Amino acid sequence: MSLKDLIAPFYVWQRAFEKPYTQRRPIEERPGAERYRGFHVNDIELCVGCGTCEAICQNHAIDMVTVEGLSPKPGDSGLRPRFDYGRCCWCALCVDICTARSLRLSNNYAWLTENPDDFRFIAGADPMSWNDSQLGYRRDDHYQLLTPERVEMPMLSPEESRASFEEVAKGYSPEQAVLEADRCVECGICVATCPAHMSVPDYIKALRQGDLERGLKLLYETNPFSSTCGRICTHRCETVCVIGLQGTPIAIRWLKRAIVDQVPDSDYKRILGDETPDNGKRVAVIGAGPGGMSAAYYLRRKGYAVIVFEAKHRAGGMLRYGVPVYRLPDNDLDKDLEYIRSLGVEVRFNTRIGSDVPFAELVENHDAVFIATGLWQPTKLRIEGEEHPRVLSGLKVLEDVAEGRHPDLGKRVAVIGGGNVAMDAARVSRRLGAEVTILYRRRVEDMPADPEEIHESQAEGCRLVTQSIPVKISEGATPDKVMITWGEAEMVADPKGGRPRPVLQEERTHTETYDCIIAAIGQAGDFSFIPPEYRDRIEISHGKIVSGDYQQTGVAKIFVGGDVANWTADAISAIEDGHHAARGIDRMLSGQAVAQA
Amino acid sequence: MHQQHSPIDLSSGKYVKLWQGPQHPGITGNMSLELAVCGDEVAECKTHVGYLHRGFEKLMERRTFIQNFTVVCRIAVPEPTFNEYLYAAAVEELAGIDVPERALWLRTFNLELMRLASYLMWLGGISASFGHGTLYQWTVTHRDYVLDLFEELTGARIYHMYIVPGGVRAGFPEGFADRARAVFDKVERILRDVETVLFSNAVFKTRSKGLGIITQDMVDRYGIVGPNARACGLKRDLRKDEPYLTYDQVDFEVVTGTASDAYERTWVRYQEMHQGLSILRQCLERMPMDGPFQARMPNVLHWEVPAGETYVKAECTRGEYGYYLVTDGSQYLRRIHVRGPSYTHAVALMEDLAVGTNLADVAGLMVSLHTYPPEIER
Repeated sequence: MSLKDLIAPFYVWQRAFEKPYTQRRPIEERPGAERYRGFHVNDIELCVGCGTCEAICQNHAIDMVTVEGLSPKPGDSGLRPRFDYGRCCWCALCVDICTARSLRLSNNYAWLTENPDDFRFIAGADPMSWNDSQLGYRRDDHYQLLTPERVEMPMLSPEESRASFEEVAKGYSPEQAVLEADRCVECGICVATCPAHMSVPDYIKALRQGDLERGLKLLYETNPFSSTCGRICTHRCETVCVIGLQGTPIAIRWLKRAIVDQVPDSDYKRILGDETPDNGKRVAVIGAGPGGMSAAYYLRRKGYAVIVFEAKHRAGGMLRYGVPVYRLPDNDLDKDLEYIRSLGVEVRFNTRIGSDVPFAELVENHDAVFIATGLWQPTKLRIEGEEHPRVLSGLKVLEDVAEGRHPDLGKRVAVIGGGNVAMDAARVSRRLGAEVTILYRRRVEDMPADPEEIHESQAEGCRLVTQSIPVKISEGATPDKVMITWGEAEMVADPKGGRPRPVLQEERTHTETYDCIIAAIGQAGDFSFIPPEYRDRIEISHGKIVSGDYQQTGVAKIFVGGDVANWTADAISAIEDGHHAARGIDRMLSGQAVAQA
Repeated sequence: MHQQHSPIDLSSGKYVKLWQGPQHPGITGNMSLELAVCGDEVAECKTHVGYLHRGFEKLMERRTFIQNFTVVCRIAVPEPTFNEYLYAAAVEELAGIDVPERALWLRTFNLELMRLASYLMWLGGISASFGHGTLYQWTVTHRDYVLDLFEELTGARIYHMYIVPGGVRAGFPEGFADRARAVFDKVERILRDVETVLFSNAVFKTRSKGLGIITQDMVDRYGIVGPNARACGLKRDLRKDEPYLTYDQVDFEVVTGTASDAYERTWVRYQEMHQGLSILRQCLERMPMDGPFQARMPNVLHWEVPAGETYVKAECTRGEYGYYLVTDGSQYLRRIHVRGPSYTHAVALMEDLAVGTNLADVAGLMVSLHTYPPEIER
């Protein structure tokens, strides 16, 4: 031991006169670091209440609860996370997983209150002192617990697609489907938005887990047209998918298709069950489209003898004649239809109610009738010269193509309209070798067609002229030519707050010559089959048959659905109408009240 | 190895039975030593654990793979980062996830920062155990400066929850590297003062030299690792022996000692602190400041890790720390076993080393082994 060893310890005195390190709370406050994981802040307007925070919380510290005064928009569950600080461990997994990125943590970490119940609060809704804090933990831009990018659907190139009627979307491989299914957070926001309320998270989960049979069963609980809807559904579910808030929504439609495409139709009966024994009651369905066949399926499942009357020689309705095969191949539509028919649903083809079978007789001979005749009357352009033989209706063109008759459209075609029929007529014309111009009176964002149809029509080389109003149709130089005069339109705001209205600018008109003009500005229903004695009870308003609870009309045993009844006029709504009407018919025929109190 | 006094006959009046712990400043955590003393000399030491009642391993079998990353940091409170890293590394290995290079560097930086914080607290502990409360104030304060860095980088001071399976949660905040360097300089200055006051200190030298000598033949018998093994001359360090993360890209030498007593163990750790500062500075120089720090992950809400088992290990401040994971292809762990060095050092080795020591030195001896009872009871 040296002298140094005795003296050295006294060196500590050197630091005795330094400024103390300790903070003198509460005189001095020390804010948490910029990333500090403090108390929760939620942007209540951004949040859609998907509950993913609740799902990931390992402490069950989050409950999704209703918030007073909050009026949820579509795609919003109306619930908001309530935090229990008796359980929270401030790991911020809820922040990391937040699909809307509305949730973050403030850098506040000290909170005194006398009431222990205060420690359970709805972030963002309850008035917490740190609600305006701008600092604190938030998810880094380069850090993700979810995959925002969709697995790309393999598609034909525009060059390939416009040269044939082959299906454009090739479908996911089983591996791709599982990868895409894996992105789903199973929040169920989509279920409320789907007209048929399909159990989307469940069938996506079944697909992810490789249980295709469970997936198929889940699909058929609400939709017997899953092969069809897996291809051409308007997929409103995807517009509210919470993954879409920070990325691309789950490809719900393609995943539905992935399930159906992987199950051979020969396995359907084994998986979904065989015919149900007859219950002795008979139901007539008018129209073998998605609405009628959906009603037929669910009624047959309940044991009803179902006869479907179809005016055309094939089933499918608008799916067959209005949707071209490059979007919905016949085989895939038939897969849905044939399974329904195989359960004992009888379809009488080439049988038009009214002319072939009187409506009254049908009502007389059946315990219930379901009307799903669809909209088949093309809307007139109501301009001079539209009777010209080279002016065709979009539906007629599509029907001809569906029947294998390739109409002579010529080299230059103008399509008038902005809906799906117009897009399909244009794309069909393209495939038949024509140069196509689409004339639409409003802007692109106003077009009722699916965005991808608009996109694909453009990719295939159709020329789109928006804000163009047809004015007059006149004779061309030769009988096989036709001239159209159209004027440019200005969009004028609606003083009542409705959507802007196109106003023709008469001084700016153009006259062009085409080989034919395809008018596709809408369709209307034909109700001439309903005899006058029923007209006073079956109300028709604005071109639609009015229905009440369970799709019931003013005549108790007559139900209605599909495009003739609803305003959304898409396949999935028709399918749901059919399902809903089947429930209503079953209630009525089993003696329960149909009308809801 | 000390000779056992046997048998201990309490009725002889020669012995007194004393309980040190489960709450005692000389025991870093909740465990107790059942001592039989003869005068002030320890005749027998029995170690007791079981006061913590935690069951993390079982708990983790009921948590998803992502949820568990928030649990593991609690297994060894003063060193959460090693747990975060090992859990993440094990899951990544089983799930076949490759972590981007920047995340590897950020992890190395974090582990070394953790080593520094942990050693600073330990250095205070060993000083206080031999009567130097002032040094404890110095080092714990400086540990707080390191915790400030953790707070800035990870959002928390103790339970960082920063290393997540797949990578890390964030990169450096703006200006962080400079602030980190300033803290390292500050720590270096206090270490110089500590060296003066502690290692040239008559009291510390007298009491710690020759205390708790671990001989080389004990090393394998007890499974002794880390500085406790290095202080008896064994060049054993996983960072060198089986380099992980980016340890093969930084320069450092394994520190060893010879005397293998409490003083030597303190000296080895003290030098490793300087070495740690050097590694930290190298990380700041060499790590990429841009690029991804997270691998592409499956959806963590229903993440199923393929069936398999693995044992991953890393050099924590106390030596080899290991995580053994078994998965069965489901969303949950089939089994997890955490193996920390404290298990042998605190439970078995202590019973041996304590015998023959002076009662007043038991706390110092215990701390010189650097053990954490929380990691014994996972």
